[in-house]
Amino acid sequence: MARAEERTTALEIDPADARRLYRVMALIRRFEERTEEQYTRARIGGYCHLAIGEEAAHAGAIDPLREDDYLFASYRDHGTALAVGSPTAAVMAELFGKSTGVAGGYGGSMHLLDVERHFLGGWGIVGGQLPIAVGAALALDYTEADAAVLCQFGEAATNIGAFHEALNLAAIWNLPIVFQCINNLYGMGTSVTQASGEPEQWKRAAAYGMHGERVDGNDVLAVREASGRLLDQARAERRPALLETMTYRIRGHSVADAGKVYRERDEIEQWRSRDPITSFAQRIVEAGLVDESELEEMRQEVEVEVAEAIKEAAAAPAPDPAQLYAHVYGDEARGEQFARMDAGAPFGEREETRSWRT
Amino acid sequence: MADVTYREALRRALDEELERDERVYLMGEEIGRFEGSYKVTAGLWQKYGPKRVRETPIAEEGFVGAGIGSAMLGLRPVVEIMTVNFILVAMDMVVNHAAKIHQMFGGKVRVPLVIRTPGGAGAQLTAQHSQSLEVWFAHTPGLKVVAPSNPRDAYGMLKAAIRDDDPVLFHENLVLYNLTGEIPDGDEDFTVPLGRAAVVREGSDLTIVAHSFTVRRALTVADRLSQSGVEVEVVDLRSLRPLDIETVAESVRRTNRLLIAEEGWSTYGVGAEIAARISRACFDDLDAPVERVGQAEVSMPYAKPLELAALTQEEKIEAAARSLLRESGVL
Repeated sequence: MARAEERTTALEIDPADARRLYRVMALIRRFEERTEEQYTRARIGGYCHLAIGEEAAHAGAIDPLREDDYLFASYRDHGTALAVGSPTAAVMAELFGKSTGVAGGYGGSMHLLDVERHFLGGWGIVGGQLPIAVGAALALDYTEADAAVLCQFGEAATNIGAFHEALNLAAIWNLPIVFQCINNLYGMGTSVTQASGEPEQWKRAAAYGMHGERVDGNDVLAVREASGRLLDQARAERRPALLETMTYRIRGHSVADAGKVYRERDEIEQWRSRDPITSFAQRIVEAGLVDESELEEMRQEVEVEVAEAIKEAAAAPAPDPAQLYAHVYGDEARGEQFARMDAGAPFGEREETRSWRT
Repeated sequence: MADVTYREALRRALDEELERDERVYLMGEEIGRFEGSYKVTAGLWQKYGPKRVRETPIAEEGFVGAGIGSAMLGLRPVVEIMTVNFILVAMDMVVNHAAKIHQMFGGKVRVPLVIRTPGGAGAQLTAQHSQSLEVWFAHTPGLKVVAPSNPRDAYGMLKAAIRDDDPVLFHENLVLYNLTGEIPDGDEDFTVPLGRAAVVREGSDLTIVAHSFTVRRALTVADRLSQSGVEVEVVDLRSLRPLDIETVAESVRRTNRLLIAEEGWSTYGVGAEIAARISRACFDDLDAPVERVGQAEVSMPYAKPLELAALTQEEKIEAAARSLLRESGVL
């Protein structure tokens, strides 16, 4: 069933689609550039993984999602959050560790989410989200929902055990899920050919009797077409699929990695010349769907949007340390359950010692 | 009230919760047609069908993760891990995912997941199938861990765990499955709350704290010591996280002596935790140092005499109790 296709899609889109896709990719690009800058100014802490160069893979796959569908992602999730429509200011605020962030400052860069838009997380352990996304698909099937799950992950995740278990469960249980392998050729500094016995990840679908295919991940329309078709198939026929989108991480693995010691300058330059945003811009202008001035207008819009987001994030309040224990447990009875573990402490910590601990 | 086995108490709790709430479903290896490796789910696949009683391949990381994901969408999965030893391949899902989700995502998603799994030893199952690993989970904020020692608590706490909105590790015990006891009849809303210990035997000279199967051993030791004129109070923790330290402290204030017995290794174990808390809570009440006893710090050997020597047997608990009582002049 599996097949590889490097398809070039005819421009079967209308001007509204073209503008929407261009705008979201431009937004992700500008967001990531400004994020990198804010990180170097130490306004963002921890790990910070940028998706510069991978915008089409994120935006194209997410575009066909419907309201009832669900979305999971790896820790390289800024683009995912923006593509699904999370407010830019709340995403930036999360990176800044502010209480107005999408996770209230508890998650940070790697753990964005948007329950309202069914985006159930950026996840920090390579491949850890795969079995969980399968569970979401199980729940959709259980409730007979006309919906599917899109689960994004990098190609390095295909080498862990959870990848195998997740795809196998999805296959034997006929679950509505599309596994999107965003193949950017490197897991940190380890190349895909060094790490995978079969570097063409789409072929692994065959091991589960599952449909697999590969598309140009820098071609937003090719990604969108494949994702839309496979999601339809997942919803209607309860057939899972593995979609490999070939792209490249222009920056390093994280902001802390320059991304230069393990790859050649030529390779980077070659991928730069295949930029997913400028190539799409060229196509839609040539096709007469938008004109250059509209593109410029959108670039100005996202410039302002990101600048405003940074301003808002910087001005937003930091979480109150008194809220340290706020979400360790969620059950309504948690206070009563833990009341006898240590008087006065939320979950058993000794109150009188907490002050010197922190 | 009806006399049933611990196994039947669990089965009845599962049956009633499946009946009560459509969102509850069971998942695990061999829990359907095979009826469960220890027959806890007997008859449920026939009654509820493969959707509510989902048979899985051998893929603990995969199906624990699937349980988590389905719980995030509002289902209430009860996942069976055949024995606690097999949960080690799913630790990433339990500790790094289930435990973290609610807080890491700012309190926006809940994970009402129950993982049932038996630990324990004593049937010559050897090193890889004889462990008691409940403290690994009790160490982790975000998880709740319970370990009932009798059919009534097993029944009531499993129902409470299934109705709880947080991930609960439900620790069972291979040796307890055939223990019989009374459970309430015809009261489907009977539950035993999490975080409440129970004084299962009153006494004035020494408190022995235990959980799960070791409670039974402690009660036997208490009866033996009674013949020597010493009255032992036995506290059944029932729940390891939340931990009811107040009930232990109240008991120690009456008896002035504390011994903690557990089936797992003592080092960094339940005894270590209780001892640390009681040394502060009851500093002025203790007439002897807190003592603890657990499994020999070895990988469980196969040969019967070696296995017996490693287990936290009654003889070991009794010897520790007598030593503690002698030290403080009671014996």
